[in-house]
Amino acid sequence: MTAERGLVLRGNSWKFGDNVDTDQIIPARYAIYSMDEKVLGEHAMEDVPDNAGWSKKVLAGDILVAGSNFGCGSSREIAPVAIRAAGISAVIADSFARIFFRNAINIGYPILQCPQAAEAVRQGDQLEIDLEEGIIKNLTQGDEYRADAFPEFMTELIHMGGLAPWVRKRLAEKEAARSR
Amino acid sequence: MGMNMTEKILARGAGRESVKPGDLLLAKVDFAMGHDLTIPPASKIMREQMGATRVWDPERLAVVQDHFQPAKDTASAALGKTTRDWARAMGIKWYFEVGDGGICHTVLPERGLVLPGELIVGADSHSCTYGALNNFATGVGSTDLACVLSLGELWFRVPETLKFVYHNRLSEWVEAKDLILAVIGHLTVDGARSKAMEHTGEALKHIDMEGRLTMTNMAIEAGAKNGIMEYDEVTEAFLKGIAKRPYTPVSSDPDAAYEKVFEFDAEKVELSVAKPMSPDAYAPLSEVIGTKLDQVFIGSCTNSRIGDLRRAAAVLKGRRVHPHTRLLITPSSTETARMAEREGLIRIFYDAGASWTVSTCGACLGGHMGVLGEGETCLSTTNRNFPGRMGHPKALVYLSNPVVAAASAVAGEIIHPAEIMKRAPVAV
Repeated sequence: MTAERGLVLRGNSWKFGDNVDTDQIIPARYAIYSMDEKVLGEHAMEDVPDNAGWSKKVLAGDILVAGSNFGCGSSREIAPVAIRAAGISAVIADSFARIFFRNAINIGYPILQCPQAAEAVRQGDQLEIDLEEGIIKNLTQGDEYRADAFPEFMTELIHMGGLAPWVRKRLAEKEAARSR
Repeated sequence: MGMNMTEKILARGAGRESVKPGDLLLAKVDFAMGHDLTIPPASKIMREQMGATRVWDPERLAVVQDHFQPAKDTASAALGKTTRDWARAMGIKWYFEVGDGGICHTVLPERGLVLPGELIVGADSHSCTYGALNNFATGVGSTDLACVLSLGELWFRVPETLKFVYHNRLSEWVEAKDLILAVIGHLTVDGARSKAMEHTGEALKHIDMEGRLTMTNMAIEAGAKNGIMEYDEVTEAFLKGIAKRPYTPVSSDPDAAYEKVFEFDAEKVELSVAKPMSPDAYAPLSEVIGTKLDQVFIGSCTNSRIGDLRRAAAVLKGRRVHPHTRLLITPSSTETARMAEREGLIRIFYDAGASWTVSTCGACLGGHMGVLGEGETCLSTTNRNFPGRMGHPKALVYLSNPVVAAASAVAGEIIHPAEIMKRAPVAV
């Protein structure tokens, strides 16, 4: 999924706490299935205490809302991949751990840093996200939150659909420069 | 305004005179690393999504078979094979097969592949380890690695830097591991998020390169982007004769800026543990004495280098592991294993009733060779103990230094090593 301009996401929220690390998001025992997104999706968030079977309850388009330092721990890119494969359309958090943040941006997966939403949203609230504007509407509570703005380069990456298309373009530019 | 070490390395990589925290840069990478879990996705992204057919520089990449190798099942065998085939096809110079290398973060420093002043990325979160050798090193995901493989460059945000000054010297029994556990306990796992940790001070002069690598290894456990140390005689001696490229050390300017400076009296740091289930759940050892143990694990890129094994062996020599406890020892690299064999350490471990394994990440990430079951308690010399890290999410993991681990294996419960040393060894 790429974050196209003007895209609006709508779904119900799943709330998680602070410092949810990548071993809880997708345990290392499933890392050997890293090339199989379906398996990853089935086991997403499985090691969060008392959360086994979670991915079966997720409806496509639902939105994950977490506390601070979401995705800390390992560098495994299968963490955002597993959450996406479970059907979650976007992740909102008070803050993100650095490698998770990069990985999500790099694969073109929508994430929003928004302490206000992380605080106010309750489990099951219906949310609507305007990715272009960074506005999160809480339809259940009748409230609205604004996510922190990304730096320009990251917005560019998000619009391109991630880092891969950017690299492809840059490789082509380098090739063109060489043949001139 | 001057620059600190991290800023200088990023500025040089980006071809700029100066940089400041918050700047976004495109910087050249001097060396990169991937392993059996991260090369398969990175090579696929590089080929299929980026359209690159070759690696920017096959002499500036290390590929290490360590996480699930020797393969534990057919799925991990497939990852190992993909990694192996790709490394051969790309002509990767620094490819480390099972039985040759060991754990990536021990192999790269010991082969002189990560050097002062360099900008290094590894597709593994503990790539921050290399910073003890006066470089900028950080962990990245597979798409980031694919970008580096394709272009030899990557985007970075210049981090704010936290400076740590360690005064005086560590006391008897207290190690670099105890110091960094105390620091992480103080900072929390979120406390250095996306920032640089610059370690300085008198205490470091008396900490050898292995201990320094233990400290920078755990920068990520405080959420940091990198951990870095100054270049000194210890660095110079460590690299003598092994450095694979010429290098230029960096130092922080006297007027360099820091977001915050933390001062620690190293002498006051006690033997430490991280309690279940977070690396920042700090406690002095005295608080957890008597905790019964099912498993003790001495291994990982944090604490199973040769010095760690020597100190563990000194405790285990002539003693036996408690009958209710199992002790697993996984050397950090094949070179470490070779030295342990030459020095007679492996015999000591066997005589003590310990299990000695091939060098692999193995039990540290709950991968294989020592996975914990529900309700089990483990004392581990590793770096991370979030729920599920070493196996079942309801297994309990404490982190400690290797001497405390060895002594506690003998006692069958967490104990101060001095208590074990007081007991006379049994006749061997």
